[in-house]
Amino acid sequence: MNGEARERTGTIVKVAGPLVVAEGMSGARMFDVVKVSDKRLIGEIIELSGDLASIQVYEETGGIGTGEPVYQTGQPLSVELGPGLIESIYDGIQRPLDVIREMVGESITRGIEVPALNREKKWAFEPKAAAGDSVVEGDLLGEVQETTLVIHKILVPPGINGTIERIESGEFTVEETVCVIKNDDGTTHDLSMMQRWPVRKSRPYKEKLAPHIALTTGQRVLDTFFPVGKGGTACVPGPFGSGKTVVQHQLAKWADAEIIVYIGCGERGNEMTDVLLEFPELKDPRSGDPLMRRTVLIANTSNMPVAAREASVYTGITIAEYFRDMGYSVAVMADSTSRWAEAMREISGRLEEMPGEEGYPAYLGAKVAEFYERAGRVTCLGSDSREGAMSVIGAVSPPGGDLSDPVVQATLRVVKVFWSLEDKLAYKRHFPAISWLTSYSLYLENIETYLREEVAEDMPDLRSEAMRLLEEEAELEEIVRLVGIDALSPADRLTLEASRSIREDFLHQNAFHEVDTYTSMEKQYKMLHVILHFYHRAKDALEKGVPITTIETLPIRERIARAKYMAEDAADQIVALEDEIDKAIKDVLAEAA
Amino acid sequence: MLKEYSTITKISGPLILVEEVEGVKYEEIVEVKLPTGEIRRGRVLEVDRDKALVQIFEGTTGIDVTKSKVKFLGKGIELGLSMDMLGRVFDGLGRPIDKGPKIIPERRADINGAPLNPYARDYPNEFIQTGISAIDGLNTLVRGQKLPIFSGSGLPHNRVAAQIARQATVLGKEETFAVVFGAMGITFEEADFFISDFRRTGAIERAVLFINLADDPAVERLATPRMAFTAAEYLAFEKDTHVLVILTDMTNYCEALRQVSAARKEIPGRRGDPGYLYTDLATVYERAGRVMGKKGSITLIPILTMPEDDKTHPIPDLTGYITEGQVILTRPLHRKKVSPPIDVLPSLSRLKDKGIGPEKTREDHADVFNQLFAAYARGKEAQELAVILGEAALSDTDKLYLKFSAVFEERYVSQGEEENRTIEQTLDLGWELLSVFPRAELKRIREEYLDKYLTRFKKEETAAEPEKEAEMVAPT
Repeated sequence: MNGEARERTGTIVKVAGPLVVAEGMSGARMFDVVKVSDKRLIGEIIELSGDLASIQVYEETGGIGTGEPVYQTGQPLSVELGPGLIESIYDGIQRPLDVIREMVGESITRGIEVPALNREKKWAFEPKAAAGDSVVEGDLLGEVQETTLVIHKILVPPGINGTIERIESGEFTVEETVCVIKNDDGTTHDLSMMQRWPVRKSRPYKEKLAPHIALTTGQRVLDTFFPVGKGGTACVPGPFGSGKTVVQHQLAKWADAEIIVYIGCGERGNEMTDVLLEFPELKDPRSGDPLMRRTVLIANTSNMPVAAREASVYTGITIAEYFRDMGYSVAVMADSTSRWAEAMREISGRLEEMPGEEGYPAYLGAKVAEFYERAGRVTCLGSDSREGAMSVIGAVSPPGGDLSDPVVQATLRVVKVFWSLEDKLAYKRHFPAISWLTSYSLYLENIETYLREEVAEDMPDLRSEAMRLLEEEAELEEIVRLVGIDALSPADRLTLEASRSIREDFLHQNAFHEVDTYTSMEKQYKMLHVILHFYHRAKDALEKGVPITTIETLPIRERIARAKYMAEDAADQIVALEDEIDKAIKDVLAEAA
Repeated sequence: MLKEYSTITKISGPLILVEEVEGVKYEEIVEVKLPTGEIRRGRVLEVDRDKALVQIFEGTTGIDVTKSKVKFLGKGIELGLSMDMLGRVFDGLGRPIDKGPKIIPERRADINGAPLNPYARDYPNEFIQTGISAIDGLNTLVRGQKLPIFSGSGLPHNRVAAQIARQATVLGKEETFAVVFGAMGITFEEADFFISDFRRTGAIERAVLFINLADDPAVERLATPRMAFTAAEYLAFEKDTHVLVILTDMTNYCEALRQVSAARKEIPGRRGDPGYLYTDLATVYERAGRVMGKKGSITLIPILTMPEDDKTHPIPDLTGYITEGQVILTRPLHRKKVSPPIDVLPSLSRLKDKGIGPEKTREDHADVFNQLFAAYARGKEAQELAVILGEAALSDTDKLYLKFSAVFEERYVSQGEEENRTIEQTLDLGWELLSVFPRAELKRIREEYLDKYLTRFKKEETAAEPEKEAEMVAPT
């Protein structure tokens, strides 16, 4: 008898969009994967009632009718983990889109089954343990140089502790046995480089730790003002056109992480194409290698089946956890979590569940919290107690930019960093359109020591001063709006000038400018230092009687404004500006005297 | 022989419920034969054991529970495809209404299409010159983009769309071009405007029109944009044509969708719209684009009237989340007789960065548009301030910006329906307007471009007026 015939089958009794109900499903478990109809569409059981199972189907259900069979697999929805993940582009249920294109052309046909990892490709496995060694779960068995940027570590899978009986060296496919371990309970395990893991279950670690290092991103407003810690969580809500996706792309490009997992969840197809075409061209600022060589892409665009959108965020985060377990710092971008929530809402509506706010299911908050809580800095399994970190940054697309949206609110309850995008700033072409007044980061204290030690002793103080100026500006603007700029004292006018300089010369950053797109922490420090240096010197001069109009029109200010376009290796010139400022101020003082 | 059922048990709004059916498939097409002999078409929305819920496109008027017969055709809705469709006018379900001959299809295609593999997409990066400065200079359209026009009742969105359809060209290339026009629930006069404009300019020869008028059945509108895209995909990806799809008015489409959702008693999402509105719109809009290895492309301009000019209404809001930008028309500019009344500040083209620059438009394009935006935005702020405090309270610099923003609206944005500006003209006009500022104010422009271009226009300022005009028409 072949495998097909042994499969347990049920019968479809109802089809409503992505939801299919089948009877005769006794023995099925919640969240098991099933194959629907003879087209073998992939689905997942999301509700059981007697022998009736409600199934969310990850492919279009047009043409499916009652009476057709449903095949049980007895397996939960899982991802394949092993060499070959990096540089891949997957759909929401980890089918490789490049392979699908080769097989069936430009459209995605239904019921296509493709393994996530290439079964033919041979990888050079270099053992890092020897026969006779006793190992515990998470210990290093060997390494594979997957790309020039990533060494893929093959670890003892969770749940296995024992003695290595045999370990190979050489070229193997992901399915071939590279190691045999005799477990302490007497069973033997033939291990290949590939393992499976159910996406809805977080991968185990020893201990969770608080983030204490900044995840630098090269984006000035983020790194200096609202930093996220390695292993932290952040969200970027904003109306359309405010630049969420550009922020996410910039993070994927420049974030100081060893592995990037980018989840395009229910967003535009062209944006994924952009990533696909651009990442192989862009060079990592640290190694000079193409950024694609550390990236895994999950693309479930808005025209692809809605239920797979729900799965895509789990697929992505599970892959990220797998790399975290190797001791890497991983960053996950999910764009956009609102589409994921909408997919949940659609399925919930079809299940006729009692809705919560705006039709979203009552368990929305729990699901969102559960997702972000998978982030963190951890001590990984394994006897060497290495540390890994997974940072999660989710974009949220609130309708009309309204932050009272249930998805935004559920997200804000769990994330520690809030980057608030405002369309008002976007209209003024102030990009990134992140509001400095409403955004916040709760990691400032965690990473303060790190900043003082690694960037500059006074970095946190500069930030506080700049922030104070910006807040004062907001108050002064109110007054200006009522009574005009002339009513302000010269000192207040200088505050306005200084904060304008912070806004325009520091916070404003052009993602499409070859130099401005990335700024190192060192250069950020220097830039901010110069801006504040000018403020301090000008304040002195003002007190000594120099008119504000003279200060406002000093030509040196234009030079400060152009500091952002100075190349990283010319950063010394930025420091040199401070001498010029001193000279310019000295000149006006002499004139005044 | 297909089985005929006479087991309709319930009719409610656009929906009928048929019982005791066998082997019915989801999304299958249905034919209902009325007692009068008339045939109506519908689509299966849900099958539950032996019951099928069917949505009737042409409305349920005249259908009864005893005598009407239902046939399930075992396939989805299809459109017959042929090059002969060019120059023809069809109704919202793809039947000819121009008294021309029947189309003999080369093949038939399901109107739902199949989702395009994101890996097979090619990135849109070819600049389309529309001849409208506010679009070319500031919200550049590229081939394969989807750029909606957000408008309001009574604004000239149709005229803007027709002007784009008339003037759109790709620089330095002669290629086959076609327009596919899908009208949902628009009035006869609006439809007539497009048809006669296409006739007047000869564009009709290269156009396929699907027209569902305001008095045609509302539910039929749900099929119309899909018909248009099926035709467009055929022309673009099988016949190497560059297709411009214009859909008007998407607001009517969404209302039809809501009508069906309400009839099914679904739990609504925000402001009464179905929870799956985003997904549904995406399956329409995302069919635009370019495909690797194919010569043709589909560029989409959907038009929608924002209820109460409110951009946060779910229809424009969800559209904005799917499309690559938006062109917004506003009433205050329309009142000032600015034509087209495009409000450039909230308008946006997300793909512009890939479509502009050296070899596409000109090297200085990005910097000039950044500077124009910043200056106009500051001028608008100064204007608000001036309203409260009076112009006298403004600083000299702000006064300069205020003046700039007025001139900008008058000369840059406003150009009239018949003027077709080249990109060179648009860019030079930008420089000319910016030249009123001292050089230090132009922070967003690279030094080298300031040296190269600004000097040219600064000098001209002192030159006599007619010479300046001459320079404008013949840019170097």
